[in-house]
Amino acid sequence: MNAPTVPRRRHILALDDWSAAELRGVLATAAQMKDVLARPIKQVPTLRGKIVVNMFWEESTRTRVSFELAAKALSANVLSVGSKDTSVKKGESLVDTVRTVQALGADYIVLRHTSSGAPYLVAEHFRGSVINAGDGRHAHPSQALLDLFTMTEQLGDVHGKKIVIVGDILHSRVARSNLWALTTLGAHVTLCAPPTLIGPASEWQRTWPNVTISHDLDASCEGADVLMALRLQRERMEGGLLPSLREYTRRFGLTADRVSRAQPKVLVMHPGPMNEGIEIMPDVATGPHSMVEQQVTNGVAVRMALLYLVAESRDQAPSA
Amino acid sequence: MSAKQLLDADDIRRILTRIAHEIVERNDGVADVTLIGIHRRGVPLAQRLAALLAETESTTVPVGELDIGLYRDDLTTRGPAPPLGRTVLPPLDDRLIVLVDDVLYTGRTIRAALNELTDWGRPRAIQLAVLVDRGHRELPIRADYVGKNIPTSPDERINVQVQPIDGVDAVSIVQPEPGTP
Repeated sequence: MNAPTVPRRRHILALDDWSAAELRGVLATAAQMKDVLARPIKQVPTLRGKIVVNMFWEESTRTRVSFELAAKALSANVLSVGSKDTSVKKGESLVDTVRTVQALGADYIVLRHTSSGAPYLVAEHFRGSVINAGDGRHAHPSQALLDLFTMTEQLGDVHGKKIVIVGDILHSRVARSNLWALTTLGAHVTLCAPPTLIGPASEWQRTWPNVTISHDLDASCEGADVLMALRLQRERMEGGLLPSLREYTRRFGLTADRVSRAQPKVLVMHPGPMNEGIEIMPDVATGPHSMVEQQVTNGVAVRMALLYLVAESRDQAPSA
Repeated sequence: MSAKQLLDADDIRRILTRIAHEIVERNDGVADVTLIGIHRRGVPLAQRLAALLAETESTTVPVGELDIGLYRDDLTTRGPAPPLGRTVLPPLDDRLIVLVDDVLYTGRTIRAALNELTDWGRPRAIQLAVLVDRGHRELPIRADYVGKNIPTSPDERINVQVQPIDGVDAVSIVQPEPGTP
């Protein structure tokens, strides 16, 4: 009898078609990767000679750095290209850039893009593997997986646990990817936001029938095992979706009082970067329940696991 | 598929006892010996050797476990990934390491294990103990302690079962069905 193998995918694009076994396989692999990062030599030769290209067509520091560290810990060569320092300014299309990067020998593309669905386009034109590092409002699978890893590390299993995600749900790829992962593993998810930042409950429940939609954070916090705040994009104010920041903070900010309504060992999470004093209070952000630093640390291990698991022969015709 | 049992639980017990004695004899005791089992079935074998050494030499021999998954040279292949196991190693510097695995075949697993161990520390020497040597080496690697040499053809499979992973101790050889590739 052999231990169950971990399924591989050619690309990591979203978590909408992932099984519970696949999610658990990534978590188990990430746990071993976390051990690698604690070794005397924090590097293994797994991806030696491979080239990972970070293509970030939207600003990001922590995700890009995290993928870079993950690739380097696996001994891959990493280069980063952003839209500012490429021929994108000269009108080069995304597909042109992919073809160029491919001709230069890239084995993996880690893509961050403002447009939802961009990684699918890249996957069609790239012979290697594509990892979505966030596309528009659509998906941010590595973030959801590191959130899940952090939760299971602390809670054991998310099955039956109450997870509250609060903030700008409507525009959040982090919320969507977390929803897929958490509901697949049997967690009870509550999405909490002002009506303008979430839209009608029926829209969400059409895809996730068991999700709870709330506009009352005080009530949502009752009995929660995880409270996850999302970053409030300041430009949402200008779009007329919020009356004022102060009003938002008063009703939807994570305060110590709200945290105290949750389970005694509640985990407070945030994908970063945090607007302290707006969606999360400084004392909560750095308080005893805060998992924010663990999320960052675990992010490298989870991304190592993803790079390891997508490893597959690139000597194939392009396909999705 | 037809399977033929080559070793039963008693055979394996006697083999491990002999190897334990050979380790003692060859190294004039076990004062600086550390056993390291290669994931998965090498791990319980190393633990059992350590228990036997504790009996005969009245001393505790450190045991570690090593997963070589991240040091493999055949990662970029299709199919599901083998699950990664834990790597937990006692101090290696200046120790006499005995690597323990169930089957020695191409030698590539041992090559990976040697690379991984040398990333962790600088042992005084490294020896290799295996339950079965089935031949067909692809690298210049040999075992210092061999439970049983079993000549095989490459299309045969050696099936090792070890407590507690498999619930029994047994080694069998599995022949492919005639006509199957």
